Amino acid sequence: MDIFFFLVFAAIALISAVNVVLQRHPIASALSLIGVMGSIAVLYLLLGAEFIAMAQIIVYAGAVMVLFIFVIMLLNAGAEERRGRSWTSQLLGIPALLAFVALIVYFVQRGFADAGNVKFGNFTGGSAQSVGYALFTAYLLPFEVTSVLILVAIVGAIVLARKEMD
Amino acid sequence: MPEALQALNNGVPISWYLVLSALLFALGVAGFLLRRNIITVFMCIELMLNAVNLSFVAFSNQHKQVAGHIFTFFVMVVAAAEAAVGLAIILTVFKNRATLNIDEISSLKN
Amino acid sequence: MLHLWLIPALPLLGFLINGIFGRKLPKSVINLIAVGSVVLSFAWVLQIFMTAGDLAAKPLHAHYFTWIRSGEFRVGWDFAIDKLTMIMLFVVTGIGSLIHIYATGYMADEEGYYRFFAYLNLFMFFMLTLVLGANYLIMFVGWEGVGLCSYLLIGFYFVKKSATTAGNKAFIVNRIGDFGFSLAIFLIVVNFGTLDFTRVFSAAAGKPVGTLTAIALLLLLGACGKSAQIPLYVWLPDAMEGPTPVSALIHAATMVTAGVYMCTRSAAIFTHAPAAMETVAIIGLATAVFAATIGLTQYDIKKVFAYSTVSQLGYMFLGVGVGAFSAGIWHLVTHAFFKALLFLGAGSVIHACHGEQDMRHMGGLKKYAPWTCGTLACASLAISGFPFTSGYFSKDAILGAAYGYAPWMYWVGVITAGMTAFYVWRAFWMTFYGDYKGHGHPHESSWSMLGPLVVLAVLSIAGGFLFNVPKILDSMFPIAEGAENMNLTYISVAFGLIGIALSYYMYVVNTQLPERIAASLGGLYTLVYNKYFVDELYDATIVNPMITGSTTVLWHGMDQGVIDGIVNGVGTESKSIGGVLKQMQSGNIRSYATWVVLGAVALLIVMGVTAIGFAAGVGK
Repeated sequence: MDIFFFLVFAAIALISAVNVVLQRHPIASALSLIGVMGSIAVLYLLLGAEFIAMAQIIVYAGAVMVLFIFVIMLLNAGAEERRGRSWTSQLLGIPALLAFVALIVYFVQRGFADAGNVKFGNFTGGSAQSVGYALFTAYLLPFEVTSVLILVAIVGAIVLARKEMD
Repeated sequence: MPEALQALNNGVPISWYLVLSALLFALGVAGFLLRRNIITVFMCIELMLNAVNLSFVAFSNQHKQVAGHIFTFFVMVVAAAEAAVGLAIILTVFKNRATLNIDEISSLKN
Repeated sequence: MLHLWLIPALPLLGFLINGIFGRKLPKSVINLIAVGSVVLSFAWVLQIFMTAGDLAAKPLHAHYFTWIRSGEFRVGWDFAIDKLTMIMLFVVTGIGSLIHIYATGYMADEEGYYRFFAYLNLFMFFMLTLVLGANYLIMFVGWEGVGLCSYLLIGFYFVKKSATTAGNKAFIVNRIGDFGFSLAIFLIVVNFGTLDFTRVFSAAAGKPVGTLTAIALLLLLGACGKSAQIPLYVWLPDAMEGPTPVSALIHAATMVTAGVYMCTRSAAIFTHAPAAMETVAIIGLATAVFAATIGLTQYDIKKVFAYSTVSQLGYMFLGVGVGAFSAGIWHLVTHAFFKALLFLGAGSVIHACHGEQDMRHMGGLKKYAPWTCGTLACASLAISGFPFTSGYFSKDAILGAAYGYAPWMYWVGVITAGMTAFYVWRAFWMTFYGDYKGHGHPHESSWSMLGPLVVLAVLSIAGGFLFNVPKILDSMFPIAEGAENMNLTYISVAFGLIGIALSYYMYVVNTQLPERIAASLGGLYTLVYNKYFVDELYDATIVNPMITGSTTVLWHGMDQGVIDGIVNGVGTESKSIGGVLKQMQSGNIRSYATWVVLGAVALLIVMGVTAIGFAAGVGK
């Protein structure tokens, strides 16, 4: 069963990702991205990361992507024109990318071939309780620092996007 | 057949998760390199971050520790902050240059 | 206490005061300091002489500080006085004082009055250091210092290009000699392990002749540069661009004699290297003849005396070369008297004619400047070897020794003596007899100038009796036993008198004769008049090739081509590499991202390879 669910949702994720890249209208790309995030959330559940899965849905799919869609609608971004290609990125980038993937796959096969299997339920340490516990004891400092980071981001976003006072 | 079913019940090898993560990451990079609209490029960045998150959680499962989840949590926080600020920047750029074409924002040209 | 250091220190103090404050001091104060310091120095020398006792038995020695200390090698700042030094000290400080007094009158209307006396005092300091030095290094310090002062003083009228060129020439030609001296010092250090005179000379007997000959020849090279012998004499006639007191002090009485002094001081080395002694004698004799022939034809009064100086220095070297060291020093002393007098007198004549130096525009000055005429007559008598003048004694001592060494040298020397008498009296008749051919109103000089002239005239006539140098130096250079051959003396005196008479005939009685002789000699006369074109020869063979070589090879080739090429080339290359690299900064975000991906791939490869290698290594 694990394999079945994995394959289904991996396929959805991949197809949605390809869609993100290939669609011409940004709104279509955004919706595909939401699909990717949803399927990844399911994969998290399969991996026993309940808290993270919920956070993924709430934060990523619920807040960040909504922000994206707001901005797309605000800017009235239309479909992309077919104009001007950067040959550097295509001539060099695509082969580099393929090499990159090939290398990673190769190293993963070499290093993790016998690393154990993921069965649903064999890892229970991903509950909100355990994450919260770790977050407030061992990782308290990074937690507090990220609160500052969020504050900075809020201020930055407001300053950058406001209208100039005359 | 019972061996195949047995194999089926054994769970998913970690390496598959990692390969999936790599593929998603590669797709994100491809989108970054090929698309011209700034917002789409930004969305590909989010795709890359998600791929990395998947990788972290898979490792966390492998080592039966919660540290990977914590890291994923922080990556999500940073990604959200970055998305907010980045979109604010895109708004400013659009206000100044009235274009969303990434190739036209090249005033750092030599 | 003897305080030997006071002797050079007093002129040095004069230099410092006049040099630093002289611009604001009134002339009387400058005179007082400049002349006073030298006179005080002379007085101190006198005091040391009277209280020192027998210098032959107990030379004075003073050690001030150790200058060089390197392993076993020590050189200290030492002064020493023995009889030879004492003679030199008297000559330098005595004649120096007289010339300083003279200069106060001669330079009275010149610009840079204080500068002149500052340089003159500095020269006295260096010359005294040279003479007092107890080792070769101190002597070399003084040697170089007097060369510097010579350059400064020759180029005193620095606004004249000819003066600065002459100063350069003097310094550069001197430098060639100094190079020889330096090499000699190095050889001495290597072979003797010390530079102290006493230690070197006592050890000289035991060294191989080849080494000593090499050292002696190199010392001779140094002496040729400083004392204007062939082939390095060319700077001395040009040095007449300097003021006349400078010509008198430096280029007649003191600096140019430093070479003779140095060879005499190094007698121990020279006597053990007979080949070098022979070279010294031959060079001296050749220079004497050569310069005398040129002196016959010159019209500038100072040039005549300059060539005369070169010629007389040749005599001194002849004396040293044939082994008659004390005769050479005797001639040095008497030459200081009459040559200084000749130059100072020439200065008085030039002053009388308001700056005119060409003898063809003089004449008949006897009635305008009688004292000058009288004193110059005394000097001319002395240099011609007129019987019982100082020059007579010293010159005959040298010629007698030359005859004992090799008779042909005596005959050449005697003929040169005749030529000497001829050209000196030629200058005398042309200047003081006949009709005045100039444009101004000649007048006699002031007593500040005439006083020293009179003193020097007395010394020129009577100096032979007053200072019998060979007797003084008997302890150092024993007088050879045996009767003097009076015939030699008679012959040389005869040649001198013939020279005087011939010049009288040609320049007072039959004044058309010189031009007719010059015309009939034609090419030969032109050759001699143009100083045998030696300067032109040097220019063509040495100076111009060097300048051309320097310009093309060193300047254009090395400096501009290689060094500038490398430095500028580095810059240009950096620019071009930068030009290539800046293509990366396209401003295009996507290409930046491509580079990032490429970098990531490269990193992956590196990490993977090392990890695999590590794992494989561990696995084994």
